[in-house]
Amino acid sequence: MVEIKQNLIVVGSRPARVDAVDKVIGRASYATDVRLPGMLVGRVLRSPYAHARILSIDTGRAEKLPGVYGVVTAADLPPLEGDDAVGEKAFRDRELASDKVLYVGHPIAAVAARTPEIAQEALDLIRVEYDVLTPVVDVLAAMKADAPILHHDMRTRSLAGTGEKPTNVAAHFEQVKGDPGQGFAEADVIVDREFRNPMVHQCYLEPHSSTAVWSDNGGLTLYVTTQGTFSVRSHVVRLLRLSMSQVKVVPMEVGGAFGGKNSSYVDGVAAMLARKARRPVKVTMSRPETFMATGPNSGSVLRVKMGATRDGHLTAAEATLIYEAGAYPGSPVGSGSHVMFAPYQIPNGRLEGYDVVVNKPVVSSYRAPGATQACFVAEQVINELAGTLGFDPIEFRLLNSVKEGSETVDGTVHRHIGAIEVLQAAKASPHYTTPLEGPNRGRGVGHAFWGNWGACSSVTMTVNSDGTVSMVMGSVDITGTRTSIAMQAAETLGLPLDRVKCTMGDTDSIGYSDTSGGSRTTVATGHAAVKAAHDVIDKMRERAAQIWEVDVQAVVFDAGIFHVPDDLDKTLSFQALAELLPRTGNVVIGVGNVDVADWGSCFGTHIADVEVDPETGKVTLLRYTVVQDVGKAIHPMQVEGQLQGGATQGIGWALYEGYEFDAAGQMLNPTLLDYKIPTALDVPDIETILVEVPYPHHPFGARGVGENPIMPPPAAIAEAIYQAVGARVCDLPITPARILETLGII
Amino acid sequence: MTHKQIVTATINGELTEFLCEPHQSLLSCLRDVLSLTGAKEGCNDGNCGACSVILDGRLVNSCLVLGVEIEGREVTTVEGLAGWQALTPLQEAFVAYDALQCGYCTPGMLMAAKSLLDRHPNPTDGEIRAWLAGNLCRCTGYDKIIRAVRAVVPGTAVAPKTAEAPETADVLQTVLETASVDQVKEA
Amino acid sequence: MKPFAYEAPTSVDQAVTLLAEKGERARPLAGGTDILVQVRRGFHNLDLLVDVKRIPELVRIDYDAEEGLTLGAAVSCAVLCEHPTLQAHYPGLLDAVSIIGGAAIQGRATLGGNLCNAAPSGDAIAAMIALGGEALVAGPEGRRLVPIASFCTAPGVTALRPGDLVVALRFAPPKPHSGAAYVRFVPRGEMDIAVAGAGAWVALSPGGTTFTDARIALSAVAPTPLYVERAAEALAGQAPGEDAYARAAEAAQEAAKPIDDMRGTAAQRQHLVGVLVKRALRAAVARAGANHAGTGMEA
Repeated sequence: MVEIKQNLIVVGSRPARVDAVDKVIGRASYATDVRLPGMLVGRVLRSPYAHARILSIDTGRAEKLPGVYGVVTAADLPPLEGDDAVGEKAFRDRELASDKVLYVGHPIAAVAARTPEIAQEALDLIRVEYDVLTPVVDVLAAMKADAPILHHDMRTRSLAGTGEKPTNVAAHFEQVKGDPGQGFAEADVIVDREFRNPMVHQCYLEPHSSTAVWSDNGGLTLYVTTQGTFSVRSHVVRLLRLSMSQVKVVPMEVGGAFGGKNSSYVDGVAAMLARKARRPVKVTMSRPETFMATGPNSGSVLRVKMGATRDGHLTAAEATLIYEAGAYPGSPVGSGSHVMFAPYQIPNGRLEGYDVVVNKPVVSSYRAPGATQACFVAEQVINELAGTLGFDPIEFRLLNSVKEGSETVDGTVHRHIGAIEVLQAAKASPHYTTPLEGPNRGRGVGHAFWGNWGACSSVTMTVNSDGTVSMVMGSVDITGTRTSIAMQAAETLGLPLDRVKCTMGDTDSIGYSDTSGGSRTTVATGHAAVKAAHDVIDKMRERAAQIWEVDVQAVVFDAGIFHVPDDLDKTLSFQALAELLPRTGNVVIGVGNVDVADWGSCFGTHIADVEVDPETGKVTLLRYTVVQDVGKAIHPMQVEGQLQGGATQGIGWALYEGYEFDAAGQMLNPTLLDYKIPTALDVPDIETILVEVPYPHHPFGARGVGENPIMPPPAAIAEAIYQAVGARVCDLPITPARILETLGII
Repeated sequence: MTHKQIVTATINGELTEFLCEPHQSLLSCLRDVLSLTGAKEGCNDGNCGACSVILDGRLVNSCLVLGVEIEGREVTTVEGLAGWQALTPLQEAFVAYDALQCGYCTPGMLMAAKSLLDRHPNPTDGEIRAWLAGNLCRCTGYDKIIRAVRAVVPGTAVAPKTAEAPETADVLQTVLETASVDQVKEA
Repeated sequence: MKPFAYEAPTSVDQAVTLLAEKGERARPLAGGTDILVQVRRGFHNLDLLVDVKRIPELVRIDYDAEEGLTLGAAVSCAVLCEHPTLQAHYPGLLDAVSIIGGAAIQGRATLGGNLCNAAPSGDAIAAMIALGGEALVAGPEGRRLVPIASFCTAPGVTALRPGDLVVALRFAPPKPHSGAAYVRFVPRGEMDIAVAGAGAWVALSPGGTTFTDARIALSAVAPTPLYVERAAEALAGQAPGEDAYARAAEAAQEAAKPIDDMRGTAAQRQHLVGVLVKRALRAAVARAGANHAGTGMEA
């Protein structure tokens, strides 16, 4: 256990974020703002069918169109070779389909042209012959024995082995704890319900964009909007069979991501087009393309059964989770099952999950991937049990809450958690202690566990001769981490924040860093920054020892001062020593290069008040509070922002958002008019309560905070609606029509 | 076949002449022709507000205006808000209240808030929320944006929830000092 | 977007000539909030857009206590909402005008455009039908008045002929003891397309004891905004109150022909028609009650 630093000056303060001024004057540069000499426009031809065989692709007329500089298809990829040809083919087919399209929007070809109009005209000239197949749009239909098969080489993977027949069920798992049958037999009350939710999209406001340019010596530079520059590099290296050192990925400002910019969608195509056209090419997705051809969260069907005794103790829980993977396997069903019962001590349980392919967009991560719907269903049932047994919903949760050392249904052991503290803070909050009055109004609670992540981060830190510090991090800043990482470095170095500048490095200038996802960056890259700062301090102590001609062990660094105790002549401030560096062996560079294997999880409790118009079913949010264990809040204002933003996305899931498909697999609402995300009018001020239970294995006690807050809102709002008008809606989004239907009014 | 047209308009206070296709949106003219990339494209159909600019005193989505339509008219973009020496109080409030995360909606949000305050200097919270409802933000949950706008309404300013004073001025100063001469001209 | 030409004439005659020359391949451009999106999505194949905002007659607002109100077809919703005469005399129209999009759409969208877009959900169309409005249309053969109730013929289709231009929308001066209101249902706070909407206009006897006349129109529950002819019968001679509103609501529900789509279900819309007609009538009657002097001031 590391000792958590006390008496902090920079950490825990609320400075303006370093990127703020550029962003309010319109100067911040995003991927779509990149302009290079001779740059062409790239556009992608996408499948109009959800399921079809490609019989032929004729790009001849498009190639001849004046102003077109290149057309690419799967045929332009390096030939398949090696043992893993099946896996490689699927990987490449996701980028550009070779023989089959599996969802509306599946890329088939791309063109580079002088103007968007010419590019569009060229796309119109590409002739693709299809053999249209029956699509599978519904996840339960996809599991049936006679369902049309998306991938004929797919067999169900499970612990029992690999299946024998072609199937759309990519994976199946089952985990059992104790004796669920016995547990339910001991229960006085059992609630058993089925829930559904549609695909939802991250709806980052900035669509994907990638600009590629090749140098004459075969080097590729990509200017991208991504959560992980190294993920983009890996993707392009694998696709085009390049060496890692050939590819430089430059991170631009990211206009929202929320998990949706971990995957590459246009980087490979931009690189292929730029190589063929021998000019820089920018490919930017439109909003409909972003909806139809990037990675939303899984739609799913979930069944949950929980039992409790009359005195309020949970005895057993079971869940079956069926998640849409979209066109290729890989739904976050495991993540959903991992978290759904994790806040509670449950002696007996069973979790069963299915990963199922359907002819829809390939799902990707979205803020707490797979967890929001799982939390929604488990928490609805918890709320129903509490209500049936006559318990206050927070009391009921406190009674069953996990504690230090508790083991979850899937065998995870909780360590250094703040579950109880969060529930107690929610119970004592101004919101919860204020009675809600008035007709058709109700209050609901939702509670969530999220595990967070650690992983690899790299930071370098150069001490300049004027005493300022220039640091480069390999993490992409998607939430304000340039500021929160610099704060941790400044705190460690004993410097004010304005002496430490943090920038995002490209993949040539900094070591490997994992993607900015899993709520990891402030924590893990913070570790790297602190390590780099200690490296700086050690190297400066060595330099001071050299200057003073003393043993390095004699040099102490404390509160920004290097000195030899009891020798007043041997004292140098950080800046004074920095000024001496160039003449005593050049400046000092610190390195922090970590793989964080120990990080803290977090718990959050949300309280929602609603009013429901009983005639129309319209829901108005009256008041909303987020209570979360954030460890030590490095930058409390940014933490609040994460809680408010995450909660608002969860509110969108609860009330408005969802993909609509017709039977042919065509998305019906690929616009921000018909795919409805919350506006400023739809949410109240969102109160936040930061509960600081420090995580002992972080230098400042920080925990990941960004993902948890999306999880509780649907359950909290569903319960509030139930309390208001008696409608318990089990499908998301909880639309006015569903409320009226549940009430039997329509 | 169409031909490019010459358009003369006052953009951010400067008489500007540019060439554009008749079908080209004002957003595309600003970004692709005039290199004013502050206004962003989020949807290109008027539903996100990221491209909001002020045209003859009215807030508009520049994706739903043709470049040729602004002949003889006045356009203000986010680049025209601040003089080089100082941010406007609204911009300062966005910085101080952390009313942004990714920043992609921020230029449009600022233009919308400016147009609100230009017409209604004393809006209520409800009026602020209604006026900004055409500007989507996916990061913040709007809370801090509303607080920032509220902060510049006379008589209702509430300091950010902190004992420590926000360091807006310092940040601005740093930016000013590190900016090159070219950037000064652009701004 | 497919290339097209752009013209900005300064008179109605020039505009009509330009539109007539190109026939189906030309469209007027007012606020552009619908047409530009539709052209971009390839719904129309156009050679020419005729910007009508530089024609003085299309950007005027005229009110006369005898003649009534003439609104230029290309006046933006924002300008309409700020207009004191409209606020005073036509609050029922502003109910609808003020909810067409957010601030940036308000700055551009126009009544002429809303009408010609002919969306079944067009809020202002239903409100204008309830007010008994007419469209002043200029065409190659001269000018004519078209009742707004019969203007839209199918989704996106109108009674306009090639070369026609909507110049203005006309409304009678408010009668004493009359009032109008428009209400709609959307799942979000606002910034949305109506799942269903209802506009009502009522005229009361001098004492306010009975309905002397009424008009009800619906949006988003039929292929076009719908004038409910039987509602007036249901209300005529009745005393304002819940019984009368229920009767009118029933007539409206009979007239409605809603469908299921991604914005709502047919059953939901059928139900909402009843709720919204009653709400619109309550608001219209309240305004009529406050309108003894014929000022139309909002209650």
